[in-house]
Amino acid sequence: MPEKILQPTPGQTVGPFFAYGTVFPKMHEVVHPFSPGSIVLGGTVYDGNGAPIPDAIVEIFGADSDGSVPHARGTFRRDDHTFTGFGRSFTTDDGHYEFWTRNPGAEAGKAPFFAAIVFARGLPNKLHTRIYLPDAEQALAADPLLASLDADERASLVATRLADGSLQHDIHLQGAGETVFLTF
Amino acid sequence: MTDTQSTAAAPESLLASADFPPQAQITREIQDIHAEYARREAAGEKLPATIYDFPPYRSSLLRHPTKNPRLVDPESIELYSPAYGQRDVAAIESDLTLQHAGEPLGERITVRGRVLDSWGRPVANQLLEIWQANSAGRYIHQRDQHPAPLDPNFTGAGRVITNDAGEYLFTTIKPGAYPWKNHQNAWRPAHIHFSVFGNAFTQRIVTQMYFPGDPLFALDPIYNSIHRQSDRDRLVSTYDHDLTVPEFSMGYRWDIVIDGPDATWHEPEEGEH
Repeated sequence: MPEKILQPTPGQTVGPFFAYGTVFPKMHEVVHPFSPGSIVLGGTVYDGNGAPIPDAIVEIFGADSDGSVPHARGTFRRDDHTFTGFGRSFTTDDGHYEFWTRNPGAEAGKAPFFAAIVFARGLPNKLHTRIYLPDAEQALAADPLLASLDADERASLVATRLADGSLQHDIHLQGAGETVFLTF
Repeated sequence: MTDTQSTAAAPESLLASADFPPQAQITREIQDIHAEYARREAAGEKLPATIYDFPPYRSSLLRHPTKNPRLVDPESIELYSPAYGQRDVAAIESDLTLQHAGEPLGERITVRGRVLDSWGRPVANQLLEIWQANSAGRYIHQRDQHPAPLDPNFTGAGRVITNDAGEYLFTTIKPGAYPWKNHQNAWRPAHIHFSVFGNAFTQRIVTQMYFPGDPLFALDPIYNSIHRQSDRDRLVSTYDHDLTVPEFSMGYRWDIVIDGPDATWHEPEEGEH
């Protein structure tokens, strides 16, 4: 690998007024609601006092159900059948984010997850994390990241499957149950 | 679930800090933290460019992680980016002065630059989203209560897809400085928010572009959440007279470099150059 020759541009907070600059139609509908195989992935983003954060953005990028990485265009003009894998959700006044999407697959033996990024007013830079599906216990146990974590940290990265098939996953920027964030 | 507080604070209370200190105190806090980071760096510590735990930016107090991020090897999904192309965004979306019936007030500018990766390779066909205040320093957002006028001919949001050389161009108006309630007499230097998709999800950044010579730089906690002057300089555009169009617009140049990681390097394929 050649040497890096340029210093990266540093990140900054998304600030309070991102909504009108980053909104697009059906941005949280990675798949058409209630279409076959669709699920809801949702949760609340909390601050260090346990208060919901009403001005955060959660973005996800996930593989299709067969584990393939989506390369299709059309996120800005969703046609309700092309799977682009990317979604964006602004938290509500109650700190809630929500997506309609599919359960991602993974390569054989690997644990499926959504890649996720959190931005917020008051958060000086982006935060990367993962939202793992809770179902494949063997693959979860074999995951190198999860294996390096203690039980609480591990729990902060694995979603909960509800009876209706949806996924519940809260994100704590700070404090009790602080979500594990990632650097690459 | 937590029981400390079950509902969010009312939106109108969100923007004011609890202690509301004078500017002098904020400036001193900024200087102290920069000095501390310089000492730690001189002692050999590796520190990220942007400080997450930065108390002068009061609303960050409860919103920054307290643990260091975990270093992981990216998996496939993290090594690709959501796909965009020239056809995803109409050309007119990069001109923020054409979105209404009339011309917006203010100084018309063009902002032009390239998106590159750490190896200097152009980042082609990727999405940039921008948003900004109008020339009076007012955002169109409903929570912005700054009593400066809204401009009926300016929304302040635009998008563009980089071309094959990684280049982008926006036409807009120069945003005004913007008052906020982080501390007494707090004013943000004029800035444009940028959201950038790289070639990999790991490379995604959201940042802010500033204008050269702004007298508010030393006073602003957000600009100063980046501890090295050399890194802060990377957020400041350059006035470029060659980009200035006679009797039409002032030209600013600003290049964006998205970071590795190493896993995003790949050997050039046949036909690439």
